[in-house]
Amino acid sequence: MEPQEEKPIIYTMENKPIVTCAGDQALFSSLYTPLAQQLPREPVEWRRSYGRAPKTIHLEANFIQFKEEFLPKEGNKALLTFPFLHIYWTDCCDTGVYKAHVRDDIMRWHGTLRLHGSADWVIIVAETSNAKKKSKTNILPRSTLVDRIRNDFCNKQNDRCVVLLDPLKDSSRSRESWGALLLKLRTLLLKSFTQNLGRFEDDMRKLREKRNLPGWSFCEYFMVQEELAFVFEMLQQFEDALVQYDELDALFTQYVLNYGAGDGANWLGPFCSPVNSWTGLLLRRPIDMESRAAIRRGEASLLELRSYLFCRQCTLLIFLGRPWEVTQRALELMHSCVQELCLLEVPVVEGALDCWVFMSCLEVLHRIEGCCDLAQLEANRSHTVGLWAYATDKLKSLGYLCGLVSENGPQSEELNRTVDLLAGLGDEKPETVHSLQSPYKKLKQALSSVEAFERHYLELCHAAEEMYRAIGRMRSAWLVGKSLAEFYLRKGDPGRAEVFLQDALRSYLSEGWSLLVTHTRKQMAECQKRMGRTEDYLQTSVLLASDANLTIEERKHFCQEILIFANRSTDIKAPSACYPSTVQKVAISMNAFAQLMQVQFRPSTAVVHSGAALQVELHLRSLMPVAVHLEQLAVSVHFSLKQGGTDGKARETQSRPGTVLFPLGNSSVIPPSWAVAGPSLVEVQDHSPSDPRILSSAGVVCNNTHLVMRHNDSGPSTDMPSRVSPVHVAVDNGVQMLKTRDVTLLPGNNSIAFSAPSQEPGTYKLCQLCATVGHIQLVLPHISPLVQYDVYSQDPLLSVEPLTDTLLAGLPQRAKVRLETGHYTVKKGDALQLSNIDTMPILTAPSSCFSAAILDSTEELVGQCLLSIHSSEKVTRISLPPTPSHHVLEFQLEMLCVIPLGCDPPEDLGLNEGARHRLRRSSHPNEPMAIITQRMSVDCPWSIYTTPIFLTFHIPFKARHQLLSAGKRKYIQVCLQNVSGVNFRLTDLRLTETQQGPSLKLQSLNAKTQQLVCSQQSVYCVWDVGWKEDKPACLQCVFSANFAPASEKDPAFHPFNYEFQLERVMTLYTMRAEILPAAGEQHCRSGVLCGLEMSITRLVVPDDDEGKADEEGQTEEFPTTNTKLMYKVTDSSGSWAVCGRSSGLVSMPADANANHRVQVELMPLFSGHLPFPNVNVFQYLPNSASSGQPLTNSCVENNALPLPVLLDDQVDAASVPRLGSVRRTATGEQRSGGLHMPRLEPFRPGQVFNHSQGRQVLVLPSVDQHVLEMNAT
Amino acid sequence: MAVCIAVIAKENYPLYIRSVPTQNELKFHYTVHTSLDVVEEKISAVGKAMADQRELYLGLLYPTEDYKVYGYVTNSKMFRKLHNSFTDVMCNPFYNPGDTIQSKAFDGMVSAMMVQAS
Repeated sequence: MEPQEEKPIIYTMENKPIVTCAGDQALFSSLYTPLAQQLPREPVEWRRSYGRAPKTIHLEANFIQFKEEFLPKEGNKALLTFPFLHIYWTDCCDTGVYKAHVRDDIMRWHGTLRLHGSADWVIIVAETSNAKKKSKTNILPRSTLVDRIRNDFCNKQNDRCVVLLDPLKDSSRSRESWGALLLKLRTLLLKSFTQNLGRFEDDMRKLREKRNLPGWSFCEYFMVQEELAFVFEMLQQFEDALVQYDELDALFTQYVLNYGAGDGANWLGPFCSPVNSWTGLLLRRPIDMESRAAIRRGEASLLELRSYLFCRQCTLLIFLGRPWEVTQRALELMHSCVQELCLLEVPVVEGALDCWVFMSCLEVLHRIEGCCDLAQLEANRSHTVGLWAYATDKLKSLGYLCGLVSENGPQSEELNRTVDLLAGLGDEKPETVHSLQSPYKKLKQALSSVEAFERHYLELCHAAEEMYRAIGRMRSAWLVGKSLAEFYLRKGDPGRAEVFLQDALRSYLSEGWSLLVTHTRKQMAECQKRMGRTEDYLQTSVLLASDANLTIEERKHFCQEILIFANRSTDIKAPSACYPSTVQKVAISMNAFAQLMQVQFRPSTAVVHSGAALQVELHLRSLMPVAVHLEQLAVSVHFSLKQGGTDGKARETQSRPGTVLFPLGNSSVIPPSWAVAGPSLVEVQDHSPSDPRILSSAGVVCNNTHLVMRHNDSGPSTDMPSRVSPVHVAVDNGVQMLKTRDVTLLPGNNSIAFSAPSQEPGTYKLCQLCATVGHIQLVLPHISPLVQYDVYSQDPLLSVEPLTDTLLAGLPQRAKVRLETGHYTVKKGDALQLSNIDTMPILTAPSSCFSAAILDSTEELVGQCLLSIHSSEKVTRISLPPTPSHHVLEFQLEMLCVIPLGCDPPEDLGLNEGARHRLRRSSHPNEPMAIITQRMSVDCPWSIYTTPIFLTFHIPFKARHQLLSAGKRKYIQVCLQNVSGVNFRLTDLRLTETQQGPSLKLQSLNAKTQQLVCSQQSVYCVWDVGWKEDKPACLQCVFSANFAPASEKDPAFHPFNYEFQLERVMTLYTMRAEILPAAGEQHCRSGVLCGLEMSITRLVVPDDDEGKADEEGQTEEFPTTNTKLMYKVTDSSGSWAVCGRSSGLVSMPADANANHRVQVELMPLFSGHLPFPNVNVFQYLPNSASSGQPLTNSCVENNALPLPVLLDDQVDAASVPRLGSVRRTATGEQRSGGLHMPRLEPFRPGQVFNHSQGRQVLVLPSVDQHVLEMNAT
Repeated sequence: MAVCIAVIAKENYPLYIRSVPTQNELKFHYTVHTSLDVVEEKISAVGKAMADQRELYLGLLYPTEDYKVYGYVTNSKMFRKLHNSFTDVMCNPFYNPGDTIQSKAFDGMVSAMMVQAS
């Protein structure tokens, strides 16, 4: 390259590959213009070695006249001046001329090229038709001349000689030959590129391989590789060019890193020399030739090399349209330069690098702004903002260094420093001399005076902050704001500083960065102290004193600040900068001072009766580093009357813990937005004031809806305003206070006890906690969650509770009487008066003493005493022992509920003073127990009203009776069922008559005298009934038994009685039925008619027995001579077919033993032992109109029967009420004077005895065997 | 080696932050906090592109003159170790998600990844 050094080569993008031209210069000159124009017109594909991707390029060339000195010598590394192609031009067409001159000329040219090893050449023969014509005769044919040239020079390389036909004519022939020529030239050029660049790259690689050998120089290598970059740039392959620079960059970086690791290369020596010049980057020229020259000479400093390299990279990146990469690389460059200088231990004047970085940042920004429009810039703020911020930072540190950020201005030492720094900047570069806003001028101005610095610095700061905000990098913006705050603080303007600090503090708080919060808060404290904002300063000091991020000394300092203020005497109005003369108390938030951990009530229910002692214990965790003496600690209490009565019982059902724990939300700096765990829910139950057991409403209340329902986007400022800047806390001077004086809060947990007021019944809510230290009141404005206690006033309450699950009637039962005294104090001589009830006597022996227990309100036994009881005829009087109020008196009473007589518990039994009975399902699934409710009236000393007390008793037994008959003989069966859950022992089962004068002989058929009857089991007892003389119309009997629980060892038996009555017990008729087989047969056969013969016999003569006439009621108006009976044969089993009439009337004479026989035809439908069909007998009462004409017919046809009764139907029990209904209609008609219908009257059970009940008859199968009936059931 | 390791909750508060040397702690806190700007930017940019195949490694977040801040998580062993240890912390039944990390094991692992303070 050396020979060309003096040549003015302009290293711009106008560089083109060099092509030399020899031969006929006139010819070339005439063809130059079309050639230079047409060459780049069409693209060619450049196939690359080493597998690099092929590229399409437009070739251009710089055609120069051939000179021998242009040919590169051995070892020349210059590529930019390398001639890639040599052309020899000739338009010779005369063999003679050729032989005489041209041939020699070409040979010389060719020889020179060969000497220099250049194989990239071409001979162009231009042929004009004019020339051809002119020498037509003695001219060899054209082809011959070209052939000769080819023969002479192009040894097997025929393509090295090209013919251009009529180059200046516009003919198709000419265009064609031009095209061929251009194609050839392009191909050859590319071939030359590939070859020469390939060779160059190989050489370069070899050179790089030697980099670890001594004597290798980075600068030399730099120049070599840069040549390659130049060529690529020349070919407009900027990407490839950039790669060359990046490789150089990486290589250099690697060496610096190696140096740092202790592996120093010799060539790095010059780069380690002290930095004398810190002119920033200069990006306004494509190539900084000065720096390049310095690099070539090996004299460049690190900053120079880096600057030059970056400048080249920047140029290429901008060519590539990637300006944002420039900004990013610029930041990286500056960071790495600072690091590299440090690694290489290069001595740098303090502040020099700041200057360099500052100017470089501005220069890069200027360069970017120069190549982008405003919209692009706006859209890519995120790429440039880093440079702005970096420049701001550097200017700031320069300002601090040069004493430009102090209230007093720079000192002489700082001024000297400024001068040194300015000296290193040198003179302004010519490119920027005329620019008013050049980085050079800016820096010089900024360093020139305090005011100029402030102007420049603020301008930069605001620009950076605004950009950060615009792109949403709020944290970065806050950080810039913070450094602004520091600046203002240094300048003595705390007011402005605080604004920025508050912004930052709010964000740090909301994001939970405790260390940053602490740091910012410390700065805030300084601002507030300087501004004399006492309250805020105290609040901040409290926060700092409790801040665990600070050392204990710092915390003590802030705590001391608080105490100093607090203990300032009121009369000494010491004028101080930070404490203006205030005498009134300053209220600040307690949150940071101490935390309320828990509130504990004693008793733990937090419910007491009025006047009772209630202790409230606060657990406070002091966050101060030292013990703090509180003059007073007070809790203000809000009192509200409890609506809905003063019944303490009802409130106790609400579960309220006696200890309220407070969540530790405010100690850590975890932001409140997620420190809130969730809704805090409280269950609320509202009980009916009249009956505490009845719940009138229930609900759930959320205590912290304002937190849970808060809109999340409402911004951080609303969250914790009190922690950013203290707000004024209102001290609640409530009427009622819990107070203690002179408390010393030690660091950590403290427990302070108060005794709470409890005079008035109602609800007391703890509202506010206030600690007084001198002039300072530390206030916890709201105690949350809600802490409250209740004071109630209770009326005396008397209740009687059974000791067992159920009270059983008929047995002595114990019940507990419980007297809750409430506000009433039982005095000596007070007594309970129980009205005596006959059906429920008090069994506790009168005039006796028994024990009673006295419990306090927490159900703890406090005493035992004796009670006396006195019974008179009407009342039972129980004397009560003196009992204090709000205590419980308990004793037991034994009582017996008498079981009422009677078969079924009648619903209307005596309610006047005694028992109320009603049937209901008891808990037992099997049988309901009848219950008796006893009402006891008690007169209490505290009330003029009588207190009713209801006790419910269950009857353990259930009795049923039944009359059984056998012909004329009668039996009574009683069933006694134990429906209780207890097993009983029974004795003395007895049946007695209640009528006057025993007319009956009752003979017990029961063998056992004692009987065990288990729960849900029954006992049956039977008596044979005989009578002495008169047959009673009605039997009135009482069943009695003694019972005792089977579990008792020494049983005391108690009676159980069951009274019942039986009517119409005598047997009037007997009925005997017989089935007679068909004549001549021994047995019945199915399908064959047989006869049913009924024989009805009267047993009692009605004349003899008036009672019977009475008994039969309606029959008395009938003549007693003949009684009409109606029989009816029915078959419910379906085994018989009644043929002919199935019912009929018979008239019974009034004689004893009068007999009547009736025959009915039947047909058995099946064979086997068939039960007899049913025969029912009814009393037939003809209508009164026809009563005068007794039926003469002894038998009446069924069909002719004038009864509105369908006797074809089965007559069963169900028919009876139907008949009854008929009868009622009949009587109704009777009253209206209508027809008297005849009617049927059923007999009572036992009045007709059926001898054939349950009999069966054998029926043989039918003789006719061809039908076999199969019944499968 | 790392000079500062921070685990940041998704609400942007530090779950864990440790740095050596400790005298620069405040500066590191500021740096980490400011880097969150870039994290947010990157995450939202990635979210727009493809939410599913989110590359967990965020790369270089915030180069400063002295240090470079990288975002979580990468395939490199360093971040994977950190991730595994963090997972262990999260699996601890006594750890309340969202609390700051006070695990000794995690501490030890972080220490191993950090520049040994001389």
